Amino acid sequence: MGAIEVSNLQRTFDGGVTAVDGVDLEVAAGEIYAFLGPNGAGKTTTVRMLTTLLRPSGGSARVAGFDVVSESADVRRSIGVALQEAALDPLMTGRELIRLQATLHALAPADGRARAESLLRRVDLLDAADRRVGTYSGGMRRRLDLASALVHEPRVLFLDEPTTGLDPVSRKAIWEEVTKLNDGGTTVFLTTQYLEEADQLADRVGIIAGGKIVAEGTPASLKAEVGKPRLEVRLSEGRAESCNEVLARFGRLLPGKDETLAIELAAGASGIAPVVRALDEAGIMVEALELHEPTLDDVFVIKTGYHIEGDDPAGADAEAVEKTER
Amino acid sequence: MSPATTLRVIGSLGARAVKQTFRRPQLMAPLLIFPTLLLAIQTGGAGRAIDLPGFPVVNGFFDFMLAGAMIQSTLLAGNTGGIALAVDIETGFTDRLLAAPIPRFTIVAGRLVGTAVLGALTAVWFVVIGLLFGAEINEGPLGVLAMIGLVTLSATAFGSIGAAIALRSGSASVVQGMFPLVFVILFLSSAFFPQELLLEPARTIAELNPLSYIVEAVRDPVIGAFDATNLLEGLGGLAIVATFGVTLAALAMRRRLRIG
Repeated sequence: MGAIEVSNLQRTFDGGVTAVDGVDLEVAAGEIYAFLGPNGAGKTTTVRMLTTLLRPSGGSARVAGFDVVSESADVRRSIGVALQEAALDPLMTGRELIRLQATLHALAPADGRARAESLLRRVDLLDAADRRVGTYSGGMRRRLDLASALVHEPRVLFLDEPTTGLDPVSRKAIWEEVTKLNDGGTTVFLTTQYLEEADQLADRVGIIAGGKIVAEGTPASLKAEVGKPRLEVRLSEGRAESCNEVLARFGRLLPGKDETLAIELAAGASGIAPVVRALDEAGIMVEALELHEPTLDDVFVIKTGYHIEGDDPAGADAEAVEKTER
Repeated sequence: MSPATTLRVIGSLGARAVKQTFRRPQLMAPLLIFPTLLLAIQTGGAGRAIDLPGFPVVNGFFDFMLAGAMIQSTLLAGNTGGIALAVDIETGFTDRLLAAPIPRFTIVAGRLVGTAVLGALTAVWFVVIGLLFGAEINEGPLGVLAMIGLVTLSATAFGSIGAAIALRSGSASVVQGMFPLVFVILFLSSAFFPQELLLEPARTIAELNPLSYIVEAVRDPVIGAFDATNLLEGLGGLAIVATFGVTLAALAMRRRLRIG
């Protein structure tokens, strides 16, 4: 049985806007599943349905073995949720917030206090525990939010855009914590608009656009679907024809950009050395040589016709979606 | 969730609501400063009103006004509690509570417990102010306890209406927009002037306004003697307001859960 099983999940809002349009997915216990898509793709609506905050208009979903509609209380007992934009009360202290969360999950007062101390230590917030959350940095808030979601040791953890707007150091800290949690057996369902995040963390990725899943698989399999690595060669002197003859022995020639020559190099990095030796033997002087692996961005572009702009999480505007020329 | 745990959840959410109010001065100010200032201004400016024919026999206009100030404070406490709940909805904090395995009514119940505590504190504040400035509470300590009890219930009842508006609108500015309505409701009751001396149609409206009966029940221990009829009418007024508020809050919560 999967930790999350979703079948034809749909949600249409008043006014007829369909945010989620027949999503099917299954997440195995102990897996990290990344739901990748731009703003408005339906990621958050899906998470809100899976966490019982929103009733589906159609279809069904089971989380930790429980139906999200008819067994919603059991679902809520089994999951941890860290929502987008870290929904924290700025007037509470970090310690107060975790203790409140412990009470909400019916931990006995002494257990709640002990758990709060342990979690605050774990996310490195013990020194700031008695400060009001309003004085915390974005990274501290995210860590506190994550800690509060773990207070009852949930089987399934939902993280809705856990690193949006964070600097690279804070982002890495969250990634490490998520990886540690997953190593301990927690199933993680995270939404993100950052390709790198999905690539780094996820066992499997689901790409959502327009409320539908348009691609699903491991990052490696998705990238393999869209093409092989590409080797680009820039010459220091003009012997393009000879160079192409050499390169053609190693893979299919591709159209180059900006006075570079290119081939499809199926072997990837391990195939570079023979190419270099052959070019050297032919006396061809090379100025630069670059290997480009397919990225999830390539996958996203091919599957949706769009690419997510501003993949850098520290970037100012990572929300916009741009129609690509490709 | 066991009843004991449910009560603990309500208590924790109530404690958070009280702390939240103390930590945000702009929430605390309407509860104490506005009613106190209005009490001072009205007592100073309209003190001779007690000489009007038909005005109840009282030790002073200040004594008469004390109950009105208390009830004004409870109305504002209800409004403030509604604003705080709406802010929770706007910031997503309510989603945190909705995603927890607690009965949904505890979210509103916790907020109302906080409002009730604030109501009790404002009652104590006005009793102290009253005694410091020479008010005489005819029914003594028992009367003081009755006043604090009624004011606490009153804050809870008005808090339920604030919660209903917050849950329905999800907007702090909408709840804040109800602020002037508080004064309209107050002035169309016997909070600041005897019902018998009001002109029509204000007099009839005051007669139909449950607030008048609540104010009279709070006022009785100060200016007169316990009157079982007035007390029952006051409790009846509270029951009407609370039933109305809780019903609306429940409907608004159900709608919010449905639309997400």
